[in-house]
Amino acid sequence: MGAIVTFTGVVRDIASGNLDVMEIEHYPGMTEAALTKIAAQAQERWALGDVLVIHRFGRLSPGDQIMMVATSAPHRLDAFEAAQYLMDYLKSRAPFWKKEITKDGAIWVDAKDEDEDALKRW
Amino acid sequence: MDVLYFAWVRERIGLPKERVETKAETVAALVDELRAREERYEVAFADLSALRVAVDQELADFDAPLAGVREIAFFPPMTGG
Repeated sequence: MGAIVTFTGVVRDIASGNLDVMEIEHYPGMTEAALTKIAAQAQERWALGDVLVIHRFGRLSPGDQIMMVATSAPHRLDAFEAAQYLMDYLKSRAPFWKKEITKDGAIWVDAKDEDEDALKRW
Repeated sequence: MDVLYFAWVRERIGLPKERVETKAETVAALVDELRAREERYEVAFADLSALRVAVDQELADFDAPLAGVREIAFFPPMTGG
């Protein structure tokens, strides 16, 4: 191996600065299948060593780590690109849903067009 | 078959999972049956462009056939990462 890339996502506070809890729901069973499939697709597409995908669920606070991906490869370009690919697919093809809970109430986070657009480059 | 609901679909319908006996041949036909049941289903399924569906834990289209299917899930677009 010549390269290891890791990416860690962290719960960001919302613009108003009063996020109390980020609650993450998922679909047990499909989640594991979807993550395994996304990792296998990355393995097929790039010359990689190992691939790791971790995604948390339940109640998280601003600043908490929410997910991470790690890729190892003989060359850095494969490791970088595969990590970005994994991230892009986790955003909109793995069955997780985020809910922001503030003092004013709870809001399900809307999917973003740019996250869907990000898949097109692959 | 088992029908599962997640996120705001679960909240609008008021339950996470139910057993449904149906002769519907496609996901869309099942949705029509559910919508005809009660207003909470009508509200949850009002805009299909805002919904995604998984058939036996694989993302699918609303015209997917239901023959032999054990589990259907309805949910909003996913927001992981």
